[in-house]
Amino acid sequence: MQALVIVAHGSHLNPDASTPTYEHADTIREAGVFDEVETAFWKEEPSFREVLRTLESDEVYVVPLFISEGYFTEEVIPRELRLDDWDVEEWDSDGTSATHATLEADDVAKTVHYCGPVGTHDAMTDVIVRRAETVTGDPDVGDGFGLAVVGHGTERNENSAKAIEYHAERVAERDRFDEVKALFMDEDPEIDDVTDFFEAEDVIIVPLFVADGYHTQEDIPEDMGLTDDYRKGWDTPAEVDGHRIWYAGAVGTEALMADVVLERAADAGADVGNAIEEIRRRTRVAGTEDASASAGD
Amino acid sequence: MNDTQLTALVEATDEGIDYDGLSVARDGDTYTFETPGTSHEGLDEDGLHEVATENPWFVSNWYFWTQADRPDPEEAFLRWLEGADETPVPERYEAMADGGLTESWGQLHIDISLGQDGQRVYTLRNEEDSDADVEALEVHTDPLDARELVKHDDRGRYRPLKTAPTLPTGWAFVDLDGRALGRAVDVIYPVTIANWHLERQGDLDVSHWVPTMERQTGIYGVIQTWDRGEGHEHVNWVAEACCDDSQCLKRREWEYDEETDLDVDGGDGEFPCREPCSMVVAAARQWTKLEAEEPKTYEFELTPSEKEQIEAIIDTVAEGEADEVREADVYDDANRYRTRFLRAKRFDEEGNLCGVPTDDE
Repeated sequence: MQALVIVAHGSHLNPDASTPTYEHADTIREAGVFDEVETAFWKEEPSFREVLRTLESDEVYVVPLFISEGYFTEEVIPRELRLDDWDVEEWDSDGTSATHATLEADDVAKTVHYCGPVGTHDAMTDVIVRRAETVTGDPDVGDGFGLAVVGHGTERNENSAKAIEYHAERVAERDRFDEVKALFMDEDPEIDDVTDFFEAEDVIIVPLFVADGYHTQEDIPEDMGLTDDYRKGWDTPAEVDGHRIWYAGAVGTEALMADVVLERAADAGADVGNAIEEIRRRTRVAGTEDASASAGD
Repeated sequence: MNDTQLTALVEATDEGIDYDGLSVARDGDTYTFETPGTSHEGLDEDGLHEVATENPWFVSNWYFWTQADRPDPEEAFLRWLEGADETPVPERYEAMADGGLTESWGQLHIDISLGQDGQRVYTLRNEEDSDADVEALEVHTDPLDARELVKHDDRGRYRPLKTAPTLPTGWAFVDLDGRALGRAVDVIYPVTIANWHLERQGDLDVSHWVPTMERQTGIYGVIQTWDRGEGHEHVNWVAEACCDDSQCLKRREWEYDEETDLDVDGGDGEFPCREPCSMVVAAARQWTKLEAEEPKTYEFELTPSEKEQIEAIIDTVAEGEADEVREADVYDDANRYRTRFLRAKRFDEEGNLCGVPTDDE
């Protein structure tokens, strides 16, 4: 038997923080390739500390629904899962290249295939692009559009910015959008000045966050000038300094994220059959036909 | 009982059956079939069929518990629910047939009734709804639906602690088999079955306050500084604040450390709490910061009633009862008008009680 455990931050304050985690777990559960699919949280229950004991499977694939490598993926999660022989060197990562390590969980005698975070997987680039399609309702969006990948950014963790820059470069290499930038909340270049960085009139903003919450629903929209008070909401697109800003909200809520979780588990040796193709097909832009129609209007 | 169960019974006689009072054995071509109070020896296979058919409860009970693939904790939980280890099969089956077999788990009320051929059918709801017609409740069958159902309490407030005694009402899970019941319970009260089972086996791994706080890092690392060799009274306060039955249905099994028990009671919950949870850790971090302050002496002038009123306000908020104080009940110390009057009379423009500043000016 093989189990998948998606581990995420969760929140004591925000009831929506766990929602994307539940939804991606449901998508993968429906694909039927794991005997068990469970979720666990730092701030909610089941906790990282106890989740493994709810599983029957001896082989467990743990995928962190986190954006960057760093404190949580390298220290907190292995410690709380009691992966006692964990050594970050096993990942031998440059900050975005961690794949997986196989360890024994001390309290439950299970083999744990501990994976790198979803945020740094190559497939995440596809989710960012998909997000651009979803927010514009145009599966061919690109020409005439700029795209910004937005991260928190912090001086405490250099990997935080690396993941954002990595995907921005990968999107840029596709030559699909006129311009691609990596922008941040807490370091330069800052999201506050978003319109300064783009020539294109239409700019899509994709925040590389797992769940919608304080930053993606309050801070960033106000910082960008989409609204002067997040409680009043904003238009999509919204006019800012002569640009149309298409604000996508947290990329982690995109249905295709389930695919990245599966890719991580498959890279670590999980047998996922054809579920990756299946999820890519099923999470295709909902109502693509409608979207094409409206784009052609 | 059905043919599948009967066939399985005959096959199992190769190894012999001894389960919940039913004993079936084979000796060459003859069989022995015994239940409490009955004994049939020297049966041929037709005779075994006949006697088994006359005792469908014993056969289906054996089949239900031994022929399904269940994790050990779940099996132990399901057997505990119907009192299988201490209640004879006929008594249990009569109770289940009458719909009279129920058990509670935290705030959950679980009905066990008999389905076809001795299968169990479980109904799950809030114990406050135990007398309601199921049809009057929002009915569900998929255990995962519980994730959304229990996210907010009846007042619409987010429940970050799944075992807080604020389980919302108005819903029911029906037609659950044992697996689905186990899953629903695990969504509503995560890991309670697994830890309860470990405790019953004597294998519950408890992580006390000291080791739990010692492993905290990052912004929580500060909690380690709260222990300054001045005893564990502060941890008593934490447990009294967070781990009381009025706040959490788990029974606290963690203490200060291996040698030092806390002075406050761990509660009466059915399922154990094996270490300080993330809520306790987050609160302890805040208290660690606040408790670093030195006490000061303030001089206030209050009437005796005003002093008592402040005490009552704190008590009301601490018990989560502020919303229950009636709008016009000015006889209640924590009434809003009474509190506004106190503020109008005793606070200065900066919000200082009796005009006494918090810091020296």
